[in-house]
Amino acid sequence: MKDKIREILRQHGRLSKDVDTLPDDGDLYEAGMTSHASVNVMLALEGQFDIEFPDRMLKRSVFQSIASISAAIEELTSGGG
Amino acid sequence: MEQGANAASDVIARARKVAREVAAPAAAEVDREARFPKEAIEAQRKERLLGAFVPTELGGLGCGMTTLAAICEAFGSACGATGLITAMHHIQVACIVRHGGDSPYFRKYLQELCDKQLLIASATSEVGTGGDIRSSVTAVERDGASFVLNKDATTISYGEYADDILVTSRRAPDAPPSDQVLTLVRKADYTLTKTTTWDTLGMRGTCSPGFRLESKGSVDQILPLPFGDIASRTMVPFSHILWAACWLGIATDAVSRARHFVRTEARKKPGTVPPTAIRLAEVINLLQLMRNNVHDAASECESLMKKADGATDELLSIGFAIKINNLKIASSQLVQQIVQGCLGIVGIQGYKNDTRYSMGRHLRDALSASLMIGNDRIYARNASLLLVHKDD
Repeated sequence: MKDKIREILRQHGRLSKDVDTLPDDGDLYEAGMTSHASVNVMLALEGQFDIEFPDRMLKRSVFQSIASISAAIEELTSGGG
Repeated sequence: MEQGANAASDVIARARKVAREVAAPAAAEVDREARFPKEAIEAQRKERLLGAFVPTELGGLGCGMTTLAAICEAFGSACGATGLITAMHHIQVACIVRHGGDSPYFRKYLQELCDKQLLIASATSEVGTGGDIRSSVTAVERDGASFVLNKDATTISYGEYADDILVTSRRAPDAPPSDQVLTLVRKADYTLTKTTTWDTLGMRGTCSPGFRLESKGSVDQILPLPFGDIASRTMVPFSHILWAACWLGIATDAVSRARHFVRTEARKKPGTVPPTAIRLAEVINLLQLMRNNVHDAASECESLMKKADGATDELLSIGFAIKINNLKIASSQLVQQIVQGCLGIVGIQGYKNDTRYSMGRHLRDALSASLMIGNDRIYARNASLLLVHKDD
């Protein structure tokens, strides 16, 4: 899953550094992701994983790192969402 | 943080008195000469109003958002420029109170602010960012415990008259444009060189030309939280609510002039309702809509901020961002519609600049509302957020 997230970040995150050099817990906002780009990342993730992020998840902390995004997707796809 | 109801109403009463007795009589001259409303700011200092949002234990008045909104409305109704300056000052103070509260440096600074009644300006705009405050060209350059921060700001409202300035910049020279911090620079440590002029249609007394800012200081003066979080949690909601409160004041004063006009007409011919009365009923309908919008947002924001955890999640939610953006768009359109409606009611008496019904200043001030952070930019932002917001 994290590889797919990295691919989406590569396409839509508009990061100022190579996403492959970023650790799973690296701060995506510090890596240059704007709030506008984060909306595109959310949309692409919803499309890719066939999920809908509920409003309670649409916040900065959920999209802060690859690890936090992955945890959110796991919560939604394991039926616990 | 909010004091009891009596204390809040006492603060509002003091603000209204200063607005009526000091700001209103100077408003026409402030507008005509495009000069800083120094007497209204000085009178606010004497009433200790510049520390309104600072907690009482640091020497402030401990007011909440609804009281701040009432203060901005009072000054807006007396003089649009004074209302907007008052709003902008409290927005800066709020960023420090809410995000510097744990740092010894900022606690001491807030005490000094209350003690000396310091006025804070903001340098968020920058040449080269196309008006996007969430992006910076310049960076704060740290060297051990000190920093250097230089910026070409496209506008710094009341820059020449402020004591201190809050400045956005990139976190470091190698940080991307969106990775920003907010830094307080002190009057003794900065120089401002004016780069443009401020001869505008309205809001002339805010004195907001462009400046080259050159500053230095200690790294304690950099707020620890990323500016992105400060913007979502505090700067954006405070800006949109307090600006809207100032515009509500402008609209209310225009309506009060139109009401007086219609009453005078009615007294000439008791028994017949003057034709302008129906137009007055119309603008009062809009005014009620605007007032409810502003007061509702101020109350909601105040109760969220009072929660034990600071309601970080709710303040950072997309739903709240959309709502606050809508407040700005709607209020900026309503103030213009209301003032224009009032001009239609009073007619040529309002078109003239020297009658008790003059609407020129109100109309020109109101026209700034949809331009300061352009409504199209905010609509585009909401359009993007709505792609992921579910509202379920």
